[in-house]
Amino acid sequence: MDGIKISIENLNLYFGKQHVLKNIDAQIPTNKITVIMGPSGCGKTTLMKSLNRLTDLNPDAHVSGSIFIDGEDILQTKDDITLIRKKMGLLAQRPYPLPMSIYNNIAYGLRISGRRKKKVLDRRVEHYLRQVSLWEEVKDRLKEPAGRLSIGQQQRLCLARGLAVGPEIILADEPTSALDPISSQAIEAQFNILKKNYTIVLVTHILRQARRLADHVIFMYLGEVIEQGSAAQVFENPQQEMTKSYLKGMFY
Amino acid sequence: MKWKPKNAEEGFFRVLMFFSTVIIVVALLMIIISILYKGLPALSWAMISQVPAGGFYFGREGGILNAIVGSLYLAGGATLLATLIGLPLALYINVHLVCHKRLVNGIRFVLDLLWGIPSIVYGAFGFAIMSYFGIRVSLLAGIITVALLIVPIMVRAMDEALKVVPHGLLESSLSLGSTRAETAYRVFFRQCLPGLSTAVLLSFGRAIGDAASILFTAGFTDYIPTSLNQPTATLPLAIFFQLSSPIPQVQERAYASAVVLVFIILVVSILARIMSNRYQKNKINF
Repeated sequence: MDGIKISIENLNLYFGKQHVLKNIDAQIPTNKITVIMGPSGCGKTTLMKSLNRLTDLNPDAHVSGSIFIDGEDILQTKDDITLIRKKMGLLAQRPYPLPMSIYNNIAYGLRISGRRKKKVLDRRVEHYLRQVSLWEEVKDRLKEPAGRLSIGQQQRLCLARGLAVGPEIILADEPTSALDPISSQAIEAQFNILKKNYTIVLVTHILRQARRLADHVIFMYLGEVIEQGSAAQVFENPQQEMTKSYLKGMFY
Repeated sequence: MKWKPKNAEEGFFRVLMFFSTVIIVVALLMIIISILYKGLPALSWAMISQVPAGGFYFGREGGILNAIVGSLYLAGGATLLATLIGLPLALYINVHLVCHKRLVNGIRFVLDLLWGIPSIVYGAFGFAIMSYFGIRVSLLAGIITVALLIVPIMVRAMDEALKVVPHGLLESSLSLGSTRAETAYRVFFRQCLPGLSTAVLLSFGRAIGDAASILFTAGFTDYIPTSLNQPTATLPLAIFFQLSSPIPQVQERAYASAVVLVFIILVVSILARIMSNRYQKNKINF
């Protein structure tokens, strides 16, 4: 299908005997912000982590079904898993900067991809720091450890670090939940710019944030996709009773 | 304040903790003071700059340079060997096996068992291996035996540092397209450098202080070894042999040797602290 970046078909995921994701069918459109929303424990984060196969880390996790990214089923592929992961940048609930300098946090991803020339690295580091509007704040202290930045700056650094690997998709798991309002705004503003070139998947439980950012919405409840569609459709004219009551704030 | 069972309980444990602390501090001070008291008079420049001359063990000239250098060689070599085995193992169980909880707990249990085995048993084991392969009592045999002794200690100490790395850092690193090995050696290694360096120096302290494991494996000699095939003297055994002597001057020298050993361990501990603070720089405080 044209304009669809990720297509999830009949995805089931178990942790041991616990059925966490149930028959998920979902489409994620190219270069748009897709918001996965739903109450806590409904499987939003798990769904997102299965997209770059971080679920592999859990030996109890058992996955069946298909996830097509650009038409290729990443659950069946023989490609190296690191190549699939490089296609996606991950922004976690709280920033996890690497234990090295600000500069090396960005250069790390470039170096492991084989780019080692100092000139190239310098240029790229500046480029990605500018892209997340962090350059002006850190340009004089690139050699300082990343841990000295504020949490909000760290989260933007993590975004820049993810972008530096050259992904096509950004996976964001409640990326503003640990941030102050101003840093949250900065991240949201970045997303609106980045969606021109990247497919963004945003997990959030903040309904207002979902309304502000979403182009496309997937609403989940207890491991199932209840409703999905364009933001206008889901927010203005929800078809399911459950979606309606969630949007009214009747349960979290 | 009214008398309540809760207050009595609080009071009881406070007194208990206070006296436990006092007992430990006093015991430590007494050990150090008694060694210094008995050892310092016998400690001289000759003592730490010469190898034993003829008649040293009857109270004549000479020193314990053979044991000082031998101990440093032995503990240094064993620590190096143990690090080459221990660091990859510690990283492996915390990065590659991080989600195989049962397996990792099994490995930790085995390491704890090994930690608990008395060092004389390691000595006997090393001796058995040596006779099997036909290796003579030597520095090399001592290094291998002591390395076996300290690997569990080192790995568990490294493990304690590595296992508190948050899962999110592992996921972040993997999401950037790192392999597990890159994650281990470039990310976890840096994050835990203070803890890892402390583990290495802690193991060194254990290696230099052990007597039983080297009794049959490293032997004893009056000379400084010039190759791995030669036997070597060590400070713990120098203390042991001199203390068993009936001659008072020689017994005094045993305490002087103990002063030297304690001093080396003290220096290493201080170095461990300094290094751990220095490598703290890049660590992220999650």
